Amino acid sequence: MGILEFLKGAAGQVVTGGKAYKAWMALLVAMIVVGLVGYSRQWNQGLLATNMRDQVTWAFYIGNFTFLVGVAAAAVLLVVPAYVYHWKPIKEVVVLGELLAISALTMCLTFILVDMGRPDRLTHIMPGPGNPNWPQSMLSWDALVLNLYLVLNLVVVVHILYRAYRGQEYAKWFVVPLVLFSIPAAVGIHTVTAFLYAGMAARPYWNAGILAPKFIASAFCSGPAVMIILFQILRKTTAIEIKDEAIWKVAELMAYAMFFNLFLLGAEIFKEYYSRTEHLLYTQYLWQGIGNHRALVPFAWFSLICSLVAFLIFVVRKTRMNWVTLNIGCVLIFSGVYIEKGMGLVIPGMTPDTLGEIYEYRPSAVEWMVAIGVFGLGALVFTTLVNVAVPIMMGTLRAKGAPVVPPGTEAAH
Amino acid sequence: MTFPRWRDLLPLAVAAVLAAPLAAAGGPPAAPAKAPGPPPEVPGAGQDIQAEPPPFTEGIFPCTQCHEKAGDPSPRQLAFHDEIQGGFHHGAPDRWCLECHDNGKRDYLHLINGKLVPFTRSYELCGQCHGDKYRDWKVGVHGKRTGMWNGKKTYYLCVNCHNPHNPRYKALEPEPPPIPPQEQGR
Amino acid sequence: MTDRNRLPVVQDPSGCAGPEGGASRRDFLRTAAAGAVIAAVSGCKPDAVVEELQRRHLTELSKERLQEMLGKLEKKWSAQYGKKVTVGARPPIPGVDFAYGLDLSRCIGCRRCVYACVKENNQSRKNPQIQWIRVLQMDKEHGVSLQHATPYYDPEKVPEPGHFYMPVQCQQCRHPPCTKVCPVKATWKDPDGIVVIDYDWCIGCRCCTAACPYGARKFNWAEPNLPAAEMNPVTDYLGNRPRPMGVVEKCTFCLQRSRDGRYPACVEICPVGARKFGNLLDPESEIRQVMDRKRVFVFKEELATEPQFYYFYAT
Repeated sequence: MGILEFLKGAAGQVVTGGKAYKAWMALLVAMIVVGLVGYSRQWNQGLLATNMRDQVTWAFYIGNFTFLVGVAAAAVLLVVPAYVYHWKPIKEVVVLGELLAISALTMCLTFILVDMGRPDRLTHIMPGPGNPNWPQSMLSWDALVLNLYLVLNLVVVVHILYRAYRGQEYAKWFVVPLVLFSIPAAVGIHTVTAFLYAGMAARPYWNAGILAPKFIASAFCSGPAVMIILFQILRKTTAIEIKDEAIWKVAELMAYAMFFNLFLLGAEIFKEYYSRTEHLLYTQYLWQGIGNHRALVPFAWFSLICSLVAFLIFVVRKTRMNWVTLNIGCVLIFSGVYIEKGMGLVIPGMTPDTLGEIYEYRPSAVEWMVAIGVFGLGALVFTTLVNVAVPIMMGTLRAKGAPVVPPGTEAAH
Repeated sequence: MTFPRWRDLLPLAVAAVLAAPLAAAGGPPAAPAKAPGPPPEVPGAGQDIQAEPPPFTEGIFPCTQCHEKAGDPSPRQLAFHDEIQGGFHHGAPDRWCLECHDNGKRDYLHLINGKLVPFTRSYELCGQCHGDKYRDWKVGVHGKRTGMWNGKKTYYLCVNCHNPHNPRYKALEPEPPPIPPQEQGR
Repeated sequence: MTDRNRLPVVQDPSGCAGPEGGASRRDFLRTAAAGAVIAAVSGCKPDAVVEELQRRHLTELSKERLQEMLGKLEKKWSAQYGKKVTVGARPPIPGVDFAYGLDLSRCIGCRRCVYACVKENNQSRKNPQIQWIRVLQMDKEHGVSLQHATPYYDPEKVPEPGHFYMPVQCQQCRHPPCTKVCPVKATWKDPDGIVVIDYDWCIGCRCCTAACPYGARKFNWAEPNLPAAEMNPVTDYLGNRPRPMGVVEKCTFCLQRSRDGRYPACVEICPVGARKFGNLLDPESEIRQVMDRKRVFVFKEELATEPQFYYFYAT
């Protein structure tokens, strides 16, 4: 089958690289080790090693999970113009977007695993050995759609790369429908995750119709930021050709998503502050603090400023097409949405808690360590996948005897 | 009036069992079970209900140990029972001992119309003024019950919770507060 | 060179060829896959792994299997706590729908109910300290307002002037948000109204804890600390049996008592008789009398959870 040969070749790709690459990989491995140390502490002591308590029962892990589902969903932003509008400059980078989705989903699933009280009972959620709560439980749905989306992306990517590896073109009849399906699938995974929150009447901060659209908007303005930076790195470090127009198109689409995100934020703020019900407390905790409890306030405003400045950068054509400002904008929007989806969503939803108590949560050392480990794992997966995919796409990693097709031609897609 | 069933005499039997050692200790065996008057009515009769016994002070009951016949009915400062009189907060100064305790038969209480009431049915006395509480207590809305929700239960007389001479419920020392979340795990 | 058309053959462990054999092969593969996952994640104690593998949802277990499981638990806990532990599986009593009444004009905030519950239901005492009942001190100026409530009051004596007290525990909702969100059906509402949890099925995702509007669900953040001397050995599988680490628990209306006809521990200990308990379907029950004679209300009524826990003011 040549699988062994492929794996050898791929492994070879992964371990070769310059000083910078090796340093990067070493850093990622170190991060993973930190994560393992943290997790072993948590495994032994229980989740008491985190700073989560009954009052704030979901926090850093689930906040990261929520953000990363958005990143995974955002890969589809590249698919839409490529396949729906047949915009050629983007087609070659769709695979990279899907690799990002796979890495993000790996991190998502890992964050869920480390957050569970009984990860040894994971099988209980699977049909067959378990008893999933269809169709009521949004978490059952989330488990299904996330895994389906992961499989979908894996299947498409493996197929395209495998065919390219053998010097063959991918089967359009197989790939195109799947890729088109990934558009509603991506919207689906993030909507289901949003519904997980929005469906809880106990948490008025989340129990809003605006939550699902906000999730999509914030996902689409933050996820592609990673792609934009990655494309520039790949252009410098490999011979892969990614047209400027492709990157600028992604940036343009992000600008629209940013506008929508800010608009929805404005709508939320208006509703809470104008109608001034008891529900204002949660929004107030985030933006102004309640009494002495002001832990989130600096982060809330920092995140808003980042998002606003990023929006301005992206909406003005000149700054969007300037590489320096574009990259600054990417970092800004990524930070802004990371804070908004993590601290800005999960913690205020639970502060004050259902009986009016305010417990100010901050991640514990163990939670930082585990999160670092998970991000390290995701980055490692992504780096490895990209390091295998790009040579295949470039034609430098090929099966023995397979015709080497120069990149940039139709057959390479 | 129906002939009293054996179950209706249960609270009296309980009280009798408890009063018997006191009676044996000294004085005439004035077991309330032999008292004259209408048979005791147990609220919620028909269910298996038994009462907590009235909280007699040690060595005092039966009162006829000392009070063999009627005494001076005029309200005044007493030499004995001064700790009760000193802490009396139940309608003072318009009320004193003989408003509730029967002068002629000290082992009983009496209602406004003179009807005698044994200590095991002191709730009838309380119910004269505190009618709404009495009605609530009879069906279990007021007061405490233990035992079986669908069967045999023990109900607490008014006097088991409220000192009849100073009925206001006393403040209690609370049990410790819960450990706040930031302290858990330390 | 490997022949890529030859797939590895899985031996049928039972050696049978018929439909039974086919089923056992499916089971074998299913169990093997589950085992791989579990072994990878838990990585310890083989007999615990085997136990987990054989476990199915409670509703799928046969009577014999359930009895066997309960017997094993009794043995384990009797040895662990040094006393004769019984583990029942009391079914709901037919024709019973439990309800609870709490008299806010009587509660003085003494917290005797909290600790009676802890003793009766074998909760973890420390790290974490789990209490199924939480008594909120509110002030008379604002009335029932969570913004002005605290569970951490600690005066010399209660009730404190100007304040009143509202204990909160699982409301056994008729439309429980917790059972709706549980991804594995580890929690459900029994016909007698009690929302129960199978602690050996719960995966500890805490979705229910997030979904509960009353803060009723508590998580075992670490291995529970249950001193053997204080352990209540009369337990029920869905009630007060000792819980493992990493699962959620909550008030069950003391089902090990109430399904035997007894009042819950909190009802019996309350020194002021603020707690009422009974069968809603019995018009003579105390709780029905409360509803008839007083005005009951439910907590957070706008969420339409329809609790079977009623608050009222007798005076």
